[in-house]
Amino acid sequence: MPDAEPERTPTRRERYRLGVRIGLGLAAGSFLLAVAFGAMTRAQGWGLLAPIVCSLAVFSGSAQFALATGLAGGSVATALGAAALINARFLPMGLAVAPALRGGRLRRAAESQAVVDGSWAAAHLGGGRFDRELLIGATAVQWPAWAAGTALGVLAAPPPDLIQSLGLDVVFPAFFLVLLVDELRGSRRARLAAGIAAALAAGIVMVAPVGVALIASGAGALIGLRRPHRRAP
Amino acid sequence: MTLWIAIGVLALVNLTIKAAGPTLLGDRQLPEWSRGVIALLAAALLTGLVVVNVVGAGGASFRWFVVIGLAVAVGARLLKAPVLPAVLAGVVTTALLRLAIG
Repeated sequence: MPDAEPERTPTRRERYRLGVRIGLGLAAGSFLLAVAFGAMTRAQGWGLLAPIVCSLAVFSGSAQFALATGLAGGSVATALGAAALINARFLPMGLAVAPALRGGRLRRAAESQAVVDGSWAAAHLGGGRFDRELLIGATAVQWPAWAAGTALGVLAAPPPDLIQSLGLDVVFPAFFLVLLVDELRGSRRARLAAGIAAALAAGIVMVAPVGVALIASGAGALIGLRRPHRRAP
Repeated sequence: MTLWIAIGVLALVNLTIKAAGPTLLGDRQLPEWSRGVIALLAAALLTGLVVVNVVGAGGASFRWFVVIGLAVAVGARLLKAPVLPAVLAGVVTTALLRLAIG
């Protein structure tokens, strides 16, 4: 979140820069995960070009891994269904940032492509308001990192267990968790929503596809329909 | 060929899902009742992402040293560590535990 001096709101350029700074950390995580994606798809016989094009065009780790896993073990329809389901969370996330975006419908559609998990969470100013410049700045550095990591993974083809033995499989959950700590600080309602989301996700992922568990976890936010108790002034 | 079609379809689906909300809403504001839900969406979805990542489909990905690594990252953040060092603390812890215990 913008760490502005008390009397001056940061300019738009400063907020882009802050987004880029936050995005660099997320890009490091994206890069490592993308190396794993490149290595995995190379091993599955995707060839050299397809994984890189996939990362450039889809730009979504969870959906791309779901596609690769699905294609390796089942039909194209199942793989696409799983990947689309995993990314269905971008529908409410897109709605949430909508008021912060600018321009006509086409430009808003273009700007909405900046919605990726890390940037979206980092751009949340609290109370459901989002920082458009921070969102775009943070995503702008992750996209090339995601494509470059995929290219490296395809070309170097490291053994899949190397990523695990270096602990790099923890990079993404650790990032999400650290962002979550910031979300939960000082908000009892957010902690309650997270508790419900954790119970739903953990229970459902045991019996249903990952995408279903992810969408269900979003239901934790429904406690926001209840008005917060306020004391009379 | 099938692979290229699958990639193309997924790219299109992804683009549409992200653009749907902002395109349909235009410059209108979200209704009042939805604001409380939107405010909590980040907390709920981030929690879902972490849990699904750690547990995996049917519990297949669960490793207790990953949980300890993540706990170290949270602890570091609560002790006011910046984001990247907090994440690195979790990564190093997980790698060391995996090395020690296998």
